[in-house]
Amino acid sequence: MFSSVPPIYFLIVSAVIFAIGAMGVLVRRNAIVIFMCIEMMLSAVNLTLITASHYLNSLDGVLMVFFVMTVAAAEAAVGLAIFVLLFRGRRTIKVDEINLLKW
Amino acid sequence: MEFFQVQFSKADLLVVAPELVLAGFALLILLMSAFIRSERKGFLGYTALVGVIVAFVSLYWEMGIEASAFSDMVRIDPFSLFFKVMILIIVLLTVLISLAYVKREGIDFGEYYVLVFFAAVGMMLMASGANLLIIFLGLEVMSISIYILAGIMRDDVRSVEAAFKYFLLGAFASAFLLYGIALTYASTGTLDLGGIGRILAERTWINGLPILITGLALLIVGFGFKIALVPFHMWTPDVYEGAPTSVTAFMATGVKAAGFAAFVRVFFFALPSLQPYWTEIMWGLAVATMTVGNIIALSQDNIKRMLAYSSIAHAGYILVAFVAGNELGQSSILFYLLAYCFMNLGAFTVVILLGKKGEENTLISDYAGLGFGHPLLAVAMAIFMFSLAGVPPTAGFMAKFYVFSAAVKANYYWLAVIGVLNSAVAAYYYLRVLIYMYFREPEKELTIGGFSPAAVLAVIISVWGVLHIGILPSAFLSLARRSIEFLL
Repeated sequence: MFSSVPPIYFLIVSAVIFAIGAMGVLVRRNAIVIFMCIEMMLSAVNLTLITASHYLNSLDGVLMVFFVMTVAAAEAAVGLAIFVLLFRGRRTIKVDEINLLKW
Repeated sequence: MEFFQVQFSKADLLVVAPELVLAGFALLILLMSAFIRSERKGFLGYTALVGVIVAFVSLYWEMGIEASAFSDMVRIDPFSLFFKVMILIIVLLTVLISLAYVKREGIDFGEYYVLVFFAAVGMMLMASGANLLIIFLGLEVMSISIYILAGIMRDDVRSVEAAFKYFLLGAFASAFLLYGIALTYASTGTLDLGGIGRILAERTWINGLPILITGLALLIVGFGFKIALVPFHMWTPDVYEGAPTSVTAFMATGVKAAGFAAFVRVFFFALPSLQPYWTEIMWGLAVATMTVGNIIALSQDNIKRMLAYSSIAHAGYILVAFVAGNELGQSSILFYLLAYCFMNLGAFTVVILLGKKGEENTLISDYAGLGFGHPLLAVAMAIFMFSLAGVPPTAGFMAKFYVFSAAVKANYYWLAVIGVLNSAVAAYYYLRVLIYMYFREPEKELTIGGFSPAAVLAVIISVWGVLHIGILPSAFLSLARRSIEFLL
């Protein structure tokens, strides 16, 4: 069903999603939104991997996607715990208010 | 579609023996910490020590073997063996300095050693991975453990802030690395490092070269974050300052060693045909990293922060060897990392020994008069500072000497000149510590708050390492050369 669509379209879509995610990380101020943007970047990578895997007739990419999702889940668990800890101490998770350590 | 036949044997398990030992001990400690009474928590640290020693013994079986396991996913070869030994030394020293430190700071949870061990497993997988998938997984196992370790002082807002910053930037960097891996895969069709190398060497015209070059750039960004190259270094000083000092010592050496191991393997083993593309980028990164790291370090008053910037600068020197790329350059990458490990861990151990609960004494002015109060400790600190600055007869001097002579041999004269000028600048802030120790009157009574025989042993091992490598460098250099030559 996908064979009529050239792979470059998928690659462009995933590049755009990745870029939107990266921009989000740079401009947003709320840690959770930033983390969501990072997750979006990972999803964009997954799309690239699946596209490559499909058009190259190779399983490696699909396999990798599973690991990426697992790692993203582990990262989310640790990350959200750190956010909770930070919020307990500081009552904020806005990244520009977290400035005890600088220069 | 191709289908894999999954098979593995006992021989495969031998290839990952030290990883298995460390992971097994980590689980054992986790189990023990659930049942052990709180006044006997110190026992967990000794169990960890036993774990490291067993891991060393398991490495002994791997000597001289060159094999790959788990369908070419993991390799044991002189290169990975070199890094496994180095990482185990780092873990050993970290456990030694942690024994008293975690108790003093009230972070003597069993999880502390567990996370150190898991991080070490990740580091070893990064060093021995023969597939981009394993390198990515090793990097994540290492990073996620260290995110938690950085914030393990739960009640200290600075520690939590360090964990927070490291986590956000680390996850951001992993996404870049991953995209780099995906694009490399898309243009070569394989994740196997050897396979990528073969495909790129065979094809003179590569289909999808722009994609591959983009992937290459993203890989540099991803690894650059982990080994703290300028302009991807922003997290380093904050995290190094906020994290518990023993974790900082572990991070500053272990993460850097493992990051460079994976970096070297990917770039010299899988992507050597793209050398013309990446040498220029690395040249710029090396100059920026050395210069920015050293110049900002000049104005630091906190010793942990100063060492953080100095570690950035050291990554820059190592990158000079990376750019040179000749035989001497490649072996001096390994040599430099080994020397760096000893001198940096040693310096952080001294910082730990001088701290007290609630009073870390991390300002450089706190070291005033140390040379009179605690002459032996001051001498050790002086040796580490001389080594970091690159004064003979220490390891740091030989490491810098090899790096710069590699650059000269490869005709990168300007790079060598900039590097030497940088080390001259760097001497200022390292020697400033000495001036405070020996030429200033103490402002307050300095007592060794965290005295422990184990930490003193760690200092002795580090001093021995720094002097031994510095006085008899040729054995270590030829070891480094043997470790890397088969990669090429």
